[in-house]
Amino acid sequence: MPSEIFGAVLQYLISGLTNGAIYALIALGFGIIFNATHIINFAQGEFVMLGALCAISLYQVFPSLPAAFLGSTLLVTLLGLLFERLALRPVKDRSPLTLIIITVGGAVLLKGLAMLWWGKEAYNLPPFTGATPLHLGPATILPQNLWVLGVAALLVAGLEAFFRLTLTGKAMRACAYNPVAARLVGIPAMRMVQLSFGLSAALGAAGGILIAPLTLGVYDMGTMLGLKGFSAAILGGLGSSLGGVLGGLLLGVAESLASGLISSGYRDAVAFFILLVVLFVRPQGLLGGRT
Amino acid sequence: MSVAEAPLLMVSEVSRAFGGLKALEGVSFAVPRGVIKAVIGPNGAGKTTLFHLISGFLKPDRGRILFQGQEIQGRPAHAVAALGIARTFQLVQLFDHMTVLENVMVGRHRLSRAGLLAGALHLPWTRREEAAIREQAYGALELVGLSSRAAQPAGFLPLGLKRLLEIARALASEPTLLLLDEPASGLDQAETERLGELILTLKARGLTLLLVEHDMSLTMEVADEIAVLNYGRLIAEGPPRAIQRHPEVIAAYLGSDWQE
Amino acid sequence: MRGARLALWGGFALVLALLPLGWRNDYYLSLLNFIGIHTILVVGLNLLMGYAGQISLGHAAFFGVGAYTSGILTATYGVNPWLALVAGLALAAGLAFLIGVPALKLRGYYLAMATLGFGVIVYIFFVQAQRFTGGPSGLSGIPALSLPGFTFHTPLRLYGLIWTATLGILALSAGLVDSRLGRALRALHDSEVAAESLGIHTQRLKLLIFVWSALYASLAGSLYAHTLNFVAPSSFDIMFSIKLVTMVVVGGMASIWGSLLGAGVLTVLPELLVVFHDFEVVLFGAILMVVMIFLPRGLVRGLLDLWEYRHFRRESGGVSG
Repeated sequence: MPSEIFGAVLQYLISGLTNGAIYALIALGFGIIFNATHIINFAQGEFVMLGALCAISLYQVFPSLPAAFLGSTLLVTLLGLLFERLALRPVKDRSPLTLIIITVGGAVLLKGLAMLWWGKEAYNLPPFTGATPLHLGPATILPQNLWVLGVAALLVAGLEAFFRLTLTGKAMRACAYNPVAARLVGIPAMRMVQLSFGLSAALGAAGGILIAPLTLGVYDMGTMLGLKGFSAAILGGLGSSLGGVLGGLLLGVAESLASGLISSGYRDAVAFFILLVVLFVRPQGLLGGRT
Repeated sequence: MSVAEAPLLMVSEVSRAFGGLKALEGVSFAVPRGVIKAVIGPNGAGKTTLFHLISGFLKPDRGRILFQGQEIQGRPAHAVAALGIARTFQLVQLFDHMTVLENVMVGRHRLSRAGLLAGALHLPWTRREEAAIREQAYGALELVGLSSRAAQPAGFLPLGLKRLLEIARALASEPTLLLLDEPASGLDQAETERLGELILTLKARGLTLLLVEHDMSLTMEVADEIAVLNYGRLIAEGPPRAIQRHPEVIAAYLGSDWQE
Repeated sequence: MRGARLALWGGFALVLALLPLGWRNDYYLSLLNFIGIHTILVVGLNLLMGYAGQISLGHAAFFGVGAYTSGILTATYGVNPWLALVAGLALAAGLAFLIGVPALKLRGYYLAMATLGFGVIVYIFFVQAQRFTGGPSGLSGIPALSLPGFTFHTPLRLYGLIWTATLGILALSAGLVDSRLGRALRALHDSEVAAESLGIHTQRLKLLIFVWSALYASLAGSLYAHTLNFVAPSSFDIMFSIKLVTMVVVGGMASIWGSLLGAGVLTVLPELLVVFHDFEVVLFGAILMVVMIFLPRGLVRGLLDLWEYRHFRRESGGVSG
């Protein structure tokens, strides 16, 4: 009997960590844009959806997964850059209210266009390598779960390396830390803002492509994923990379355990419940210093 | 001033740092009732930080601030304002989308009491209160010479008039102490002179003023007492003439980015 | 001034009273009834957005709280509808208070996210809590509102009820805007620091107006439940919250009459234009983006601002040189 429970919990942990890794990627996307601009990009989740659906469409045309992955990520990155250029840069009134409504409008627009283009049905993307489950003690794990965890870990590590080791990455951090000083030493703030949108769109797209073989791709998947990514970002501490990863994984696991052990119907409510509790108790998040 | 009478405002051993930067370090001074006191100092000396600490927009790391004998450090800005400390801002903070008169009417907020429902229903007593607010706001506008602009949106005023409007709005709240943060910055010669006259008028009406100012001629002309900050420390305090001759002040004056 | 304003309100009330005489068609009356309900929602949201500068992306949830409280209490438990309406108001206010306290302590984005999260949770609750809400297929058998000897069960009678309520809410809101706290609200939207420096407890004021707007939404929800005699979760999803925001944006921030206009236009257009049906989501998204990029105070308000700008630039340019 205890081993059965252990097996079930392990199973929930695996699926929780897998979803959590995706939330973490989305949370990092929120954090990167927030650090560069202090904007919360409500369209972040739509980049995830577009990543998944573009990859699926590309794969139908040219059945190579690596090509679909790269092609889709590239397309969505361009879209992220375009979004910043067309929808946010021309805005003169930089109040949160205005920027919120614009990014919400962007999210709705992208979702609507996706519905017109792809329709309301869900699409399948084949798993990256096979669908034969592996056995891990009493639980099973799909190769795709490993792909998600592995690629997400690589992306996070790559991102950290970019921010710590490259000149551009350091410049972005400098802008986030002190925009005035950064401008004084000649860092082009506008380019950094643009880059932040490109990067977070790319991260979102990658997340969408990774998860598509497990959950299918559908036009309205972005809203929920975006919200959960945001909850993860807040839980970990908005703008903190480590916090985003931690928040994502914790949220994924909490959600999976709650839906397995309590009730699956309320699965999606868990993230928002956690969001509201964090706002109440520790608004700066687990690893955030500033309020 | 009798010896027994406590000063209106007492700043005592106040310090505040931002990260590693010590903006203010153990600053103490007093503002007696009915005087005009000026705080001067080079850019980055900590003047604006000091204002923010007094008016409740920042909390001091250490030290005490007493207003009429009450400790006010660390209280939120609206609570400090409720005690009768009004202020203006270095970068003018008007309600741009409201009319000039409405801006000043907001100044009456703390002295009126209509709540949500009573106000929304326009009950007889709230209508009377509104009429009184309007009248008093108009009075404040007349005092600064802006009554002819009452119906214009505030955002469209030229800067000189915006500064006057900000003062009128603060006056409408009937403060005991008025803090003016660089009221002359951006004003031309004539406007600065008019401002000086206004400040003296306010003093004659019994108001106590504390101002931070870059314009030395204005400061020397209106201030009864001057406190000098340099690198977050108080380096001199006294009447204008003594300050002008103070060696440390002269050194700070010559050695820094100091505006005439 | 006062006389002109009274005349305006009187004229508006007269038009409302005469409208059904010439237009005694149940379809049109129902449409007008929905415009009334939407107007109540939009005015409340506009007080929050246009005046307090905060945004709720979960207003549909408060609407739903009112609707389901009325529906469940009357249909399942046989409670007096008027009492149920009051219970809905109390519940909505309590929930708004609970979310508002932590979210409004923080700046900018937090209320948006908290309300969005709240909207999702409430929607999930409506779908999942079948025992109370009837689940995805909805809750039926909600009785009509009634006064002794008079039941509001025809479109015409409902028209009278809903538009009396709407007129009352419009007048109350106009009164609020033109009062001490209304001024304080507009002030804090323009400069929060200056408002604080004048003794306005900005955080408490925002909370107050957030709760107030939730009350409007709950009232609209109760009216909705007793109008349709049926409620289902799909009326209270995120998309509906976003539609309400779009209505505010079209009508213009900080404009009571604009709210009526925004609610009217965006309720009627989808009925009239078939394109609107197919492209609804895209159109709402596009309206939100385009209007806010170019006229951040909303469509009607923004156009008025442009006129005012030209008017006063000329005037003050002439005086001060």
